[in-house]
Amino acid sequence: MAAYREACESGKFVVSGEIGPPKGTKVDNMLHHIDLLNPLVDALNVTDNQSAVLRLGSMAVSHEVVTRGGDAIYQMTCRDRNRLALQNDLLSAHFLGLRNVLALTGDHVSVGDHKDAREVYDFESVQLIQCIKKLNEGFDWAGNELEGSTDFFIGAVVTPESDPIEPQKLKYEKKIAAGAQFFQTQAVYDMDNFQRFMEYSHGVTEGTDVKVMAGLVVLTSVGMAKYMNKFVPGVFVPDSLLEEMASVPKEDAIKKGMEICARHIRFCIDNKVCDGVHVMAIGKEEIVPEILQMAGLA
Amino acid sequence: MIISKQKPFEEILESLKNDDTVYIVGCGECATMTQSGGEQEVADMKARLEEAGKKVVATDVAHSACHELDMKRILRQNKEAANEAGAFLVLSCGAGVQSVREGTGKHVLPGANSLFVGNVKRQMVFDEKCSLCGECIIDEYGAICPVTRCAKGILNGPCGGTNNSKCEVDSEKDCAWVLIYNQMKTEEKLDKFMTIHGPKHWNAVARPGHMDGRADDAEKGAS
Ligand code: SF4
Ligand code: SF4
Repeated sequence: MAAYREACESGKFVVSGEIGPPKGTKVDNMLHHIDLLNPLVDALNVTDNQSAVLRLGSMAVSHEVVTRGGDAIYQMTCRDRNRLALQNDLLSAHFLGLRNVLALTGDHVSVGDHKDAREVYDFESVQLIQCIKKLNEGFDWAGNELEGSTDFFIGAVVTPESDPIEPQKLKYEKKIAAGAQFFQTQAVYDMDNFQRFMEYSHGVTEGTDVKVMAGLVVLTSVGMAKYMNKFVPGVFVPDSLLEEMASVPKEDAIKKGMEICARHIRFCIDNKVCDGVHVMAIGKEEIVPEILQMAGLA
Repeated sequence: MIISKQKPFEEILESLKNDDTVYIVGCGECATMTQSGGEQEVADMKARLEEAGKKVVATDVAHSACHELDMKRILRQNKEAANEAGAFLVLSCGAGVQSVREGTGKHVLPGANSLFVGNVKRQMVFDEKCSLCGECIIDEYGAICPVTRCAKGILNGPCGGTNNSKCEVDSEKDCAWVLIYNQMKTEEKLDKFMTIHGPKHWNAVARPGHMDGRADDAEKGAS
């Protein structure tokens, strides 16, 4: 199962979606979303206790995505596991046929629903990337030779709207130096700013095979857009989009958000801004097929 | 110094519910600076406990409560009161509480919560800047500790949550990585920022920590 890597390497415009596992054992809705999106995208990300909120596991659901004929991007944070547990999970994921890993430091437990938990952060994203690279080369973190190496396609994230941006850029370059092969950005809305970031990025990735996918989160209401501006660090919805969302009656807001998302996808394709998109609808995955259609991708 | 904060009085009273006679111990160092167990706080505690019907048999503010030999000496000197006391209430950090533990077999209880090793910004304002990791690496970071001052202890640059130079975990606090970046820029050492740092040796000190400096001295003497 290396569909996502092959898609990335083929040079085509790559599309991924995202599945947030449920909090509990009721999976019908999630399975429906997986079946709906699998045929339309190159891979589906599966989040790992997103926002430090306990959920069904990323590895099990990633495996389900693959079993159902798709390719999964197994998200892995460093918040809940030390280096032994992380490597154990990586070997297990490989055994289950998972081949794409997105390495994240992970949201702090203080934002989640188990605020008294001890956060781990034995590794952080850059070190996890390095570690996966080592496993790919046939060694564990401690330098012991593995009986059989892994073959992971290593992903990471970057936040183009980080404030200030300079240290974030250097971190991005460190992730590449550590071995990251593809990036999905934190949600971007200001396409001019994103394009500027990508101009810088092209300078950095020139001569490498590193692929960068724009992270697009569909706006569903003005309230959500304002909420993100206020409470989600590293995400910035410009005034023009706030106005656009407010220009339609409430019940049409979702449609407007889908339109904007499709327009941004087109913008990225038509201007060759980046190598693909990662479309997130956060629980409303049923709208993704229509967005891809509006963007001429399905 | 060790930053500690006195526990709520009700909690202290609850812990003392089976004890009528109390010996209060304070600390002349950190707990004095943090106003959790200096002369003033020990006197106030005495008054409140008496008001609540307890008999306070003695109060002592040790020079530094974490000094075990000193603590034993104090309790020996006040043998009579120590014998009469049903409980020892210690207004200091947890280290001080456990030095009292070494000096008596009776009920010893903490009257304060120990928070962190803190720098004194100004009177009664403290910031945590070092968490005693056992292997100081801050020369790599413009003498600003990412282990302690970044909420996630990240060693390789900011997470995606830096917001207006503040930390995503607490918008009142500076993002350590913006501070580090700015410092390294000032020192014209941004090339060093690009060094990829492996994870820390979290077991640089075997916990619980122990050091016998006399052995080190002997070694030094021998060489
Ligand atoms: S690296 Fe940080 S926590 Fe460790 S000793 Fe130095 S200042 Fe303290
Ligand atoms: S915002 Fe800065 S200080 Fe806070 S966790 Fe992220 S990198 Fe660390």
